[in-house]
Parts: sequence; structure tokens; C-alpha cells
Amino acid sequence: MKLQLGYIDIRDIKFDKNPRIENGVLYVDPDALIASVLQDELIKNAHLEIAKPGESVRITPVKDVIEPRVKVEGRGGVFPGMVAKVDTVGSGKTYVLRGMAVVTCGKICGFQEGIIDMSGPGADYTPFSKLNNLCLVIEPQEGVKQHEYEHACRMAGLNMAAAIAELARELTPDETKDFETLTVKEGMEKYPDLPRVAYVQMLQSQGLLHDTYVYGVDAKRTLPTLISPTETMDGAIVSGNCVSACDKNTTYHHENNPVVADLFEQHGKTLNFVGMIITNENVYLADKQRSSDHTAELAEYLSLDGAVISQEGFGNPDTDLIMNCVKIEDKGIKTVIITDEYAGQDGKSQSLADADPKANACVTGGNANMVIRLPKMDKVIGTLDYVNVIAGAHEGSLQPDGSIEAELQVITGATNELGFNKLSAR
Amino acid sequence: MHKWIITNNPLVRDKLNESIDVDYRPCSYLELLQAARDEIHEGAVLLTHPLSGSVKPGETPYKSIMLAGGKRSFSGTGAGSSKALKTDFASVELIESAVETCQKFLQHARWPEPEKLSEQVHRDFQVVDYTLIISAFPSAGISRD
Repeated sequence: MKLQLGYIDIRDIKFDKNPRIENGVLYVDPDALIASVLQDELIKNAHLEIAKPGESVRITPVKDVIEPRVKVEGRGGVFPGMVAKVDTVGSGKTYVLRGMAVVTCGKICGFQEGIIDMSGPGADYTPFSKLNNLCLVIEPQEGVKQHEYEHACRMAGLNMAAAIAELARELTPDETKDFETLTVKEGMEKYPDLPRVAYVQMLQSQGLLHDTYVYGVDAKRTLPTLISPTETMDGAIVSGNCVSACDKNTTYHHENNPVVADLFEQHGKTLNFVGMIITNENVYLADKQRSSDHTAELAEYLSLDGAVISQEGFGNPDTDLIMNCVKIEDKGIKTVIITDEYAGQDGKSQSLADADPKANACVTGGNANMVIRLPKMDKVIGTLDYVNVIAGAHEGSLQPDGSIEAELQVITGATNELGFNKLSAR
Repeated sequence: MHKWIITNNPLVRDKLNESIDVDYRPCSYLELLQAARDEIHEGAVLLTHPLSGSVKPGETPYKSIMLAGGKRSFSGTGAGSSKALKTDFASVELIESAVETCQKFLQHARWPEPEKLSEQVHRDFQVVDYTLIISAFPSAGISRD
């Protein structure tokens, strides 16, 4: 399966009645975009704001971050099963609006949505401070249930990203990159001497508000399966996860999965990137057993030499992570696991809720309990109402002068477990 | 085997008690884990992960865990058997490790005391815990109708 990504660089966003992309500037008509959002009767109010890198702006509470993409050649459309019809994606040509994102902001679970600072020390911890962000601030109707509102927010963000990406359809990309996944037979013939490596991505699937969707299907109702890594670049995996801001995978993370990017970079040089196994992280213990058994079976079936395993979340998923690691290692396949840590504010406690001697190669995204101080920002997009109760904050986190003292886990994407950040640990 | 839920979440008690046997204990998160541990030592088997959810101990006051069998199976509330109870060591290992992890979190927690949280935040925490436990229902073969 072969996909070409065409990158269209967005250096600024402006409001204008005539929506277009011109000389790297995205012009959007807020009235038209908001009118579309308000068609969902669960949404009472919505408005758009723009946040640019370096500005004194704090965005909170952040729900999802989405990169606009549009399929210009080949099968299917971006976000299949959610926005586009269900059809296999991952081949042909897709244009990417690079350097920007649609950020959905809205209180779903008041204590769980995170913070993006566009400048200051907090900005260093989140990759989204480097983007031009079109922030969609949403308010639900009274009495709407959280999971219904989550669905409304998720669809509003995805639809808006898809509508904006359409503006790029007839443009010429600033840069193109090609990605190809070979069949098992082709790969063995082409790279007989390179180690066969796959990526095992564990998808958050613990329940309503902790969900991930694959081609529109709730991942907790699936068995582990094989997909081509290029399918993720077309939005086959979408976030419905509303908890744990620092280490949840937003839709942007799925579209730009750094493990996929790095394995493609090494493909044909130091390793043969065979493909991707996606699995889930259910709360029911028999599901864990079944999913980890299947994951290990698929790894063996692909005749792997190595597997990179990433998890999403803490506690319950640590068990899935270790089960996957141990069962794959027991097949004679080397593993590397990627996680983050909850090692206490002093960093001295055990980092994970589960462990095994076979998990002897581990990459960390950093310690989410580390305490940070965020200075006051001139402008807030969203509301500070939940800062004192956001996960990682405490009573008094929001200081009288508008600054915030809290654990790193308040920042969206700070300790991402795909490694989409700059933190590590010594 | 008789399936039941041990919980300190009143929303779970109120909404699920017609679908499944619910053992409601008005206690703290840690005490709830310890109560589940005691049941497991007396023969109950864990069906859901005790640290389900990415909302950490010390942040949420609420926890619900699904168990099977144990002494509650023949206490008159469920349709259990009177067979001699065996301890499930995999369940023991998991619950003991969860208790340990919870104690670690509580040691570091600077989270407001549950009584200082607003009613809305309590409600949100209850809803999240509720959604986590019902996500296990299809796999457990339990209908909510």
C-alpha cells in the first residue's frame, strides 16, 4: 500500500468572508463554520478563536486536537467511518495542512481536559504551542449527558477539520513524502537480511469517555488486527478519549504517529517495517487475556524479529502493556515498550502499576507528577473554572495572580506515550 | 458463576442494581480496594481491572469492581454454590498490587478532600466510574435492560 502525503504549510490563520488558502495563510469564515456546528441540537453555543505560537494565550479545557487533511487521489476519504464513508484508506494522495490544528475546547469531564499555553514555560511541554490553532469553543445544551456531548464535540471538530482541508484540494503542496508498506512476501524478498519489525499500538478503550475509534468502530469491541501504517495517516484512528490530558493520544497524534514516522524512516535501512498491529485496553480481564493472546499470535504470524509497543493511559493499561510485552517476548520476539511515568513528585516511586523482568527495554515520555509553574497569560480561550480540579492540579493551583502551580499532567500532550514530545527521564 | 459489583459509587448502586447484584459500601477509594481484596482472599475472582480508568486514585473518590463468586455467592443475595472456596492467586496478585499503587498515590496526593469537591465534580467522577464499569457488561454477558 502506497501513500503520498502533500504538505501545505499554514503560517497564519485569519477570519475572512472568502474562505481560501493563499500564500500560506488560511482564511476561514467563522460564521459559516459555526452555523454548521450549531446544526447539532446538543450544542447550545459555539465560537472560534485563533491562537498563534508565542502569544500570551492559555487554551483550556482542551478536548481534542485535529490536523486537517484531505484525500485528493485514491480510495476513500479522511476520517473513514466518522466523516467519510467507510472505505479502506492509506493509498493514493492526501494533502496535509501542516503547521495548524483545529482544537476543540469544552468541558466534558471538568477535571480531565488539559491546558495548552502558547508561550512561556508551559509551551515547551506541549507540541501544540508550535501550531496556529483554530480553537472551537463549545457549550452544550443544559442536561446533555457527557457521552452524548463528547460525541457532539468529537464530530464538530472532525467535520470542521474536514471542511477546512477541502480548501487545499486544488493547491500544489510545498513538500511531498512517499510511504509504502509491502506485502509480507514482497518485504521478505526485498529485505531478506533486515530484521522484521512491527509496531503494536494499544488503543485506549476502557469505556465511554475513554474510547478510540477505528474506521468508526469502538476499539473495545474489536479483536487485535493488522493495519497498514499509512491508514493512520488518513485518519483511520480517531480519539474519543477525554481523560488524562498529558498522555492521551489526540487525533493529531494518531495522524502524525511518531513511531510510524520513525519506523518508516528506518525502513529498508536498518529494519523492515512490516506493519502495524492495533489492540485495545479493556477493563474486563478476560478481554485483556484474549487481546494479548491474539496480539502475540499476530506477531508470530508475521515472523517478527522485533516489536515496538506503545500504550495509552495509566494503571489498567499497564497490565495490558506488560501482558503484550511478555507474551510477544515468549514467542522469541524482542520488544521495546513506550510509556510515561507516575513516579511521584520527587520521581522516586515505582513508575508503572505493573512490571516484569522481560520488559527490559523501555522508553519513557517523562514523569507526569513533576510540579511546574505556569505564569499568568493575558488571554484565556475557554475557561479557568476547572483549573483547580483538573487532574494534576490541587486546591489553590490557580494562584491569586493568575499563575498556576500544578503537576505536569495538566498539560495536553506533555508526557505522550507515543513519544510525541521532548521529555525523557534520567 | 455469580457476578456482582462492589462499589462506593451511589450512582452505580442506583442505576445498576436491577441489572446486577451490587454491594454498596460507603467508604473511601482505598477502603473499597481493601474490601475487594478481602472478598478475593475469601474466594471471589476479579473480573475487571481494579485500576480501571485513567482517573487516578487520590483524584477520584469512586471505584467499582466486578467480581465473581466468593462468599457473597451463597449469602442469600446470589445464586451461588456451596462448594469449598478456592483462592484465585492471579486475582490476589492484581488486587494487592492495586492497593499498593493506591497507597503510593495517596501519599503524594494534593487533591482536595472529597468533601471539598463541588456536587458537579462529584457527579462527573461518579459518571466516569459508572461508564467504566458498564463498559465491561457486554463482555460479562450482562444485559442492562
